[in-house]
Amino acid sequence: MARVNYLEAIRQAQREEIVRDRRVFLMGEDIVASVFGTSSGFAAEFGTERIRDTPISENGFIGVAAGAAMVGMRPIVDATIASFLYPAMDQIVSIVAKSRYIYGGQACLSLVIRSCLFYGNSNAAQHSDRPYSMFMNVPGLKVIVPSSAYDVKGLLKAAIRDDDPVLCFEDGTCWASKADVPDDPDFLIPIGRAEVKRQGNDISIIAIAGAVPLALKAADQLAGEGISAEVIDPRSLVPLDKALILRSVRKTGRAVTVDPAHQTCSAGSEIAAIIAEQAFDNLRGPVLRVATPDTHPCFSPNIEKPLYPTVQRIVDTARKLVTGKRAVAS
Amino acid sequence: MTEAGNERSFEKYRRMVRIRFFEDRAEAIHAQGEIPGALHTYAGQEATGVGACIALRIDDYMVGNHRSHGHPIAKGAKLRPLMAELLGKATGVCKGKGGSMHISDFAVGSLGETSIVGSGIPVAAGAALGSKLQGNDRVTLCFFGDGATSEGAFHEGLNLAAIWKLPAIFMCENNHYAASTPVSVALPVKDIADRAQAYRIPATIVDGQDVDAVELAVAQAVGRARAGGGPSFIEAKTYRYADHAVNLGRILLDRGSEVDEWRKRDPIILYRSKLLAAGVSAAELDEIEKRVTAEVEDALQFARQSEYPTQAEAFDDVFVERLPIPDYLNV
Repeated sequence: MARVNYLEAIRQAQREEIVRDRRVFLMGEDIVASVFGTSSGFAAEFGTERIRDTPISENGFIGVAAGAAMVGMRPIVDATIASFLYPAMDQIVSIVAKSRYIYGGQACLSLVIRSCLFYGNSNAAQHSDRPYSMFMNVPGLKVIVPSSAYDVKGLLKAAIRDDDPVLCFEDGTCWASKADVPDDPDFLIPIGRAEVKRQGNDISIIAIAGAVPLALKAADQLAGEGISAEVIDPRSLVPLDKALILRSVRKTGRAVTVDPAHQTCSAGSEIAAIIAEQAFDNLRGPVLRVATPDTHPCFSPNIEKPLYPTVQRIVDTARKLVTGKRAVAS
Repeated sequence: MTEAGNERSFEKYRRMVRIRFFEDRAEAIHAQGEIPGALHTYAGQEATGVGACIALRIDDYMVGNHRSHGHPIAKGAKLRPLMAELLGKATGVCKGKGGSMHISDFAVGSLGETSIVGSGIPVAAGAALGSKLQGNDRVTLCFFGDGATSEGAFHEGLNLAAIWKLPAIFMCENNHYAASTPVSVALPVKDIADRAQAYRIPATIVDGQDVDAVELAVAQAVGRARAGGGPSFIEAKTYRYADHAVNLGRILLDRGSEVDEWRKRDPIILYRSKLLAAGVSAAELDEIEKRVTAEVEDALQFARQSEYPTQAEAFDDVFVERLPIPDYLNV
C-alpha cells in the first residue's frame, strides 16, 4: 500500500500491465512527454515502439488500435481530453463497438480508450465535456468512471485485461485526490460492480465520477441534520450494477442521482429510470436528479462553476426528498 | 510471374470465376427475395481482388469494404459459410449478423469488410502495426474504392502507415464511381495514386482488368513490406458492372455504352484468352467452370438448408459475455 494521487494510480496501473503483458502498448498524443504525468518515464523504460507518440489524428490512431487488437495486441489509447474522442466517433462506434458483433464473434477488440473529463477550469465548451452517457447508448462498449485513486488503479488494470473494448473516463476534479492503493500487481476491481461508499438508511445517493466525493461531503452534512444518506458509486456504467443500486433504494425508499454530465439522457437519468421502473413500489417520493443543465460549459469562471453538481445542491435535493422541506435560509 | 498453364494460373482463373458465379447466383436469388437487404456485387472487379490476394500468404491480413463478397473469396474463403451469411443463416461466416456488406473470414486472414467508407484503412494500418510489434513478417492489404480516398480516415491511415513504416499495402480499386458520383466530380486528381505522393508512399497504377499485372504490382509491394520497407499504394483502374447496390434506393445511373466498353475488357475473358493463347486447352478451363458452378450450387443448397439464428443469438457477441435477453422476446 502506498498513498498516491489519482494520476499516479493511473501511471502505476499502466506500468504494471505493460510490464506484465508483452501485448500491451500505449499510444496517443504527447505521451512520451506525458502531459498529465500518467506515462512519465515510460518511453525511457519501454522504448518508443511500445510507448508511441501519435500525430493529432484521433480517428486514425483509434482505428489503428482496433486493428492491432484484432491481430492479438492489447492497446491502451490515451486520447487525452474526452472531447477529442469526437473526431474518432466513426472508429469508436462503427469499428470498436461493432466488429465483434458483425463478424459473428471472430474479432476480439481488446483495447482501452482513456480520456479525462476536463471541466470546471475555464476551458470553455469544446474542452469541458463529460460525454460518457453518449457511449452508453452504443452497445458493445464498456464504460468505466472511476472516482478515486484506489478505484482507477483497480478498474483500469481490469480494463486492460478485459477482452472487450473499455472506455475509461477519468475525472479531472479527482486528479489530486489521494488514496491508499495496493501494490499487488494483480489488484483488480471487477468491471460491473458498484460500491457502497457510505452506508445509510434514509436516502440513496447514486453519484457518478467526480460527483462521488461531493456526495460523500453532502452525506456528512446531511448526517449533521439527522439524515442518514447511503452513497453508491456505480464505478462502471456499462455494465451497470443494477442489483446493488436497486437493493439500496429498496432499503431507503428514496433516490437521488448525481451526475456531472448534461441532464438530458445522462447516466443519472438512465439510473433514475431504472429505479422508477423496478423499485417503484418501494419509493416514498420521486427520484430526483442533480446534473448539469443543458447549456454549454462557459469560459467565465463565475458562471461555469455553479452549473455542475455541488455539495449544496445535493444536500438541498436530498433534504427536500426526505423532509419535504426546502433549505432553511441561513 | 507465373507461367500460364501451371497450377497458380489455374487458381487465379478459378478464384475469378468463383467470384463471378457466386455474384451471379447471389443476384438471381436476391431478385427472388431469398437474400434480405441490399446487395453490393463485385462482378467486373475480379482481377483486382484475385491478383492482389494471390500475391499474399494465407496468414497475411486483408481488410475490405462494403463491396464485400469478392475480397474474401479472392483470399481463399470457402463458399458455403459466405452464401449462408448472405441468406442470414446461423451457419454464415458471421453467424448471420454481418450480411452482404460485412463478410469476413478470419480463417483466411480476412479481418473484416466494413461498410462505413474509408473506415477499414486505419484498421488495416493497425493490423500492420500489430504484426510489426509482434515481430512477424505478415503484411496487411487494404481494399478500398475511389470514394474512400476523400475520407479523413484514408489520409490519417496513410499518414500513420508512412511515419511508422508499416507493412501495409493500400489497394485502391478505382471503379470510377462512388455510388453514382463519377471520380471526375469528386476528385481534383486524375490518378488517385497522386494522393499517396503526399505521404511519400511509393505508388503504382495498374490495369485492374489484368490479373497478372495486379499480381505483379502487389507482389512487389508485399516484398517491400516484408523487408521492412514500409507501405505501398496501388491504384487499380477497374469497373463494376452492376449499379452501386441492388435494393438500396435509387442509385441507378445511365452509364450509356460505358458498361459494354468495359465488358470488352472483362477480366475473366481477358485471362481466359491469355491462357488459351499460351496453349491451355479450353476443356481444362471449362472443367474449372463446371466445378465452380457445382461449388456455388452446393453453397446455395447448404445455405438454404441451414437454420436461421435463434432470437437469443441477437444478444451474443455484443460483449464476450452474452447479454441478458429481454422477457418479452419469449426466448
